[in-house]
Amino acid sequence: MTDSTQAQAIGTSPPRLEAGDKATGRAHFADDVQLPGMLHTAILTSPHAHARIVGYRLAAARAIPGVKAIVTGADLAGPRSGGIVKDESMLARGKVRYVGEPVAAVAATDPAIASEAAAAIEVDYEPLGAVLSIDDALAPDAPILHEELASYVKAVEGGSHHNVVWEAALAEGDVDRAFAQCDVVVEDTWETQAQHHAYMEPNGCVADVDASGRITLHVTCQSVHHVQQRVAEELVEPMAKVRAIATRVGGAFGGKHASNIHSIAAWLARAARRPVKLVLSRMQDFEMQRSRHPARIWMKTGARRDGTILARDVRIIIDGGAYADESPPVLTFALLMSRGPYRIANVRARGQAVYTNKLRAGSFRGFGNPQATFAGESQIDEIALKLGTDPVELRLANAMGPNDTAFGGHPVPSCVLRDCLVRVRDAQRDAVPLPARAGRRRGIGFAALSHISGLMGTAAMVQLRTDGSVALSTGCVDIGQGSDTVMVQICADALSLPIGRVSYARQDSDSSPYNWKTAGSRSTYMTGRAVAIATVDMRDKMLAHAAELMECTAKDLELRPGGAVGVKGVPGMTVTFKEIALRSLFKSGGPLAATHGFVFDGPGFDPKRASIRQLAFANLGVYTFGAHCVEVDVDDATGAVEVRRAWCAHDVGRAINPASCEGQIQGGFVQGMGYALTEAMQWNEQGWLITATLADYKIPGVLDSPPEIHPIVLEDPDPTHPVGAKGIGEPSLVGAAPAIANAIRNATGARVRTLPMTPERVLAALDALR
Amino acid sequence: MSAAKVHSVLTVNGESRDVLAPVSTTLLDVLRDSLSLTGTKRGCNHGVCGACTVLLDGRIARSCLTLAADVGERTVTTIEGIAGDRDFSPVQRALIDAGAIQCGFCTPGFVIALTDLFARDSHPDRETIRMALSGNLCRCSGYVKIVEAAERLAGVADD
Repeated sequence: MTDSTQAQAIGTSPPRLEAGDKATGRAHFADDVQLPGMLHTAILTSPHAHARIVGYRLAAARAIPGVKAIVTGADLAGPRSGGIVKDESMLARGKVRYVGEPVAAVAATDPAIASEAAAAIEVDYEPLGAVLSIDDALAPDAPILHEELASYVKAVEGGSHHNVVWEAALAEGDVDRAFAQCDVVVEDTWETQAQHHAYMEPNGCVADVDASGRITLHVTCQSVHHVQQRVAEELVEPMAKVRAIATRVGGAFGGKHASNIHSIAAWLARAARRPVKLVLSRMQDFEMQRSRHPARIWMKTGARRDGTILARDVRIIIDGGAYADESPPVLTFALLMSRGPYRIANVRARGQAVYTNKLRAGSFRGFGNPQATFAGESQIDEIALKLGTDPVELRLANAMGPNDTAFGGHPVPSCVLRDCLVRVRDAQRDAVPLPARAGRRRGIGFAALSHISGLMGTAAMVQLRTDGSVALSTGCVDIGQGSDTVMVQICADALSLPIGRVSYARQDSDSSPYNWKTAGSRSTYMTGRAVAIATVDMRDKMLAHAAELMECTAKDLELRPGGAVGVKGVPGMTVTFKEIALRSLFKSGGPLAATHGFVFDGPGFDPKRASIRQLAFANLGVYTFGAHCVEVDVDDATGAVEVRRAWCAHDVGRAINPASCEGQIQGGFVQGMGYALTEAMQWNEQGWLITATLADYKIPGVLDSPPEIHPIVLEDPDPTHPVGAKGIGEPSLVGAAPAIANAIRNATGARVRTLPMTPERVLAALDALR
Repeated sequence: MSAAKVHSVLTVNGESRDVLAPVSTTLLDVLRDSLSLTGTKRGCNHGVCGACTVLLDGRIARSCLTLAADVGERTVTTIEGIAGDRDFSPVQRALIDAGAIQCGFCTPGFVIALTDLFARDSHPDRETIRMALSGNLCRCSGYVKIVEAAERLAGVADD
């Protein structure tokens, strides 16, 4: 048991600050918020994949006792919202574009009354032809989803036209010439599926309203600042009239990245002048939130006989669903990651994101990288087979190293990819072999990967309290990964305080320093950086006070553990943080506080090196690296694949909280294993999602998951972070699918190029060998 | 939609609670909405995820699939009642110390499932633990640290 009064330096794993609340049911998630007089919401959704809305008849719904407010798309006056392409609104306007799209909403005194009233709303539709696949979307005579696409507001231009949301390209070197010099060339097409986040807490919020009409949302989200902005935009209110407070967040993984339903509750609360709860049912969460982008990836890679990979040509089409959401940056990032973590001098990557009449695809742990790396790492193994080379040796021979350059020209000062590969290879080799099983073939597979950690703006604020304890505040919402504890550890460490003497504020748009989002594996790197710098700034102010109190200079002083300042080399002579605080508050100097904020400030693409067209971002973060090794058993008769053990090595820069790093690695691996083997959102020919329950959509349970997932946490401090840390949220998912695919290939000789790698697909690949 | 309400008396965490609710009301609805015991979570509302798990007469049950009117004389123990007079039960302590809690939404269900297991078997092995947790979904942890927490508890548990 860890005593919270002990000093907790960086690199220890104290229990998470909120773990006790979560273990005892005290932690409050969105659906746990209950306010006096609270109304309940029901949403009427579209039964059509694509249809024009002709009219609404609301009289029957309005007549039901207990109905307090109704809203339809016809009531909306504001501009369309969204990410880079502003193409959507909280309720369908003019047209519906997927089955399950919110069309109207009701607030009533009771959930059953709200449901009854929503069902009583009549909407007249004129059905249109539906576009349900990439091929449908790109067909010359395809129905057009967004006729007004050209007039939509776009933060960046991406060449959108017809059903194409975005087109982008990135290239280096001379690909055609390089292929002519290759001795071995492999070329294939991969297909990946829509994966659902399936966070355990369905999305939702409670919206309250005061007498002046100011709206307060208690909301599960990845950023209170984003929710505030999106709701204000959709309700055409100044941001001063909208406040967002984060509840505990029951998982997000990117699925709560953009706020597409919270405005509905806010609207109804404003209209009814009462608090309104909107929490999605599990089925609605499946139907109206978002998925990982299905992708079709054509890739060609060539190498010389000596194992030097010379060239890669890539074309990626991602299926963005009905609204753009994060499609432009996901496409951009998939292109960026398509080179893999290798020194390949000649690479050409082109891509499109298309609209289809399905649920929007958006941000999801990995953000385009899982798709690109599934194709790329599968192909690396195919080249190794053709060359007759060991797949790890081929990777080591081409791996990026320190002071290399990423695809597009970002300098990469630190890179431990080779260590990651060697560590997982050696750990697997040295492990006691698992006994063979009758009817199963054992295979070993590897994958290497890179990712980024960074993006956008963030800030932190620290204050010294009267008793010498510290108040820390950031806008970083802990979505389950443990950032609350990490931020407090960074702050406490810089002050040699026990973590119990640092409080951490809940995120509230009224008071929290700005943070873009909990996304992009950025919290420890970005917000952690702000926390470290703000804390050191305040420490310097404290030392200046201490120097005056002790009649010496600040450079002669040092921190003593537990909240005191002493003179270097003179034991015992100290002033406490409390004495410093009291002096600053009541005698001279003023309250001690510091803030630090910044926008990710790394270099962008290098136009001298790379040809760049319509990329959705320029500079995005520091690079991280990892490698996975898995052992699988493939059932000869059924084609079923079982992952027996995994080793996952990741560079985290510096592990602030090693147990949390391990938890991120293990959890990310299992989510990636679900992506590899069982998870698939499927739509029927009418565009209905037929996997909208946790019974029909199979996420891994404990018996599906390997008991041994060995996290290997490598620390190579990042020079741009005060304590050297980088993010680990996303990369742990990225390696799972290609490592498993390569292990299946190793076990059976069969190459599966479509996710998920179901027993049927494995059997079909085995049949293809015969 | 209005249905006749039935009166029942439930024993929840050792206290007698009067409940008046339509006959179709689930135990989960009653716990969360009528009794404000919101520690029991609604993850899927159809018996798959295990976040709503409670103890009925000491054995695990899905409160989302249990009608409140069907509980009868059986005692209900929710996450709020697991620790009794202590801060944390041994199962809760083990999960906290092992770093097995991430987003925490599934945690009450896992606590209940492990409480049920350890009430029957104080030294379960890994496969027994995994089997006992097979009705609970977690999307954050990959399950490894949850199983490790239970294994540690199995190693120190008194007979």
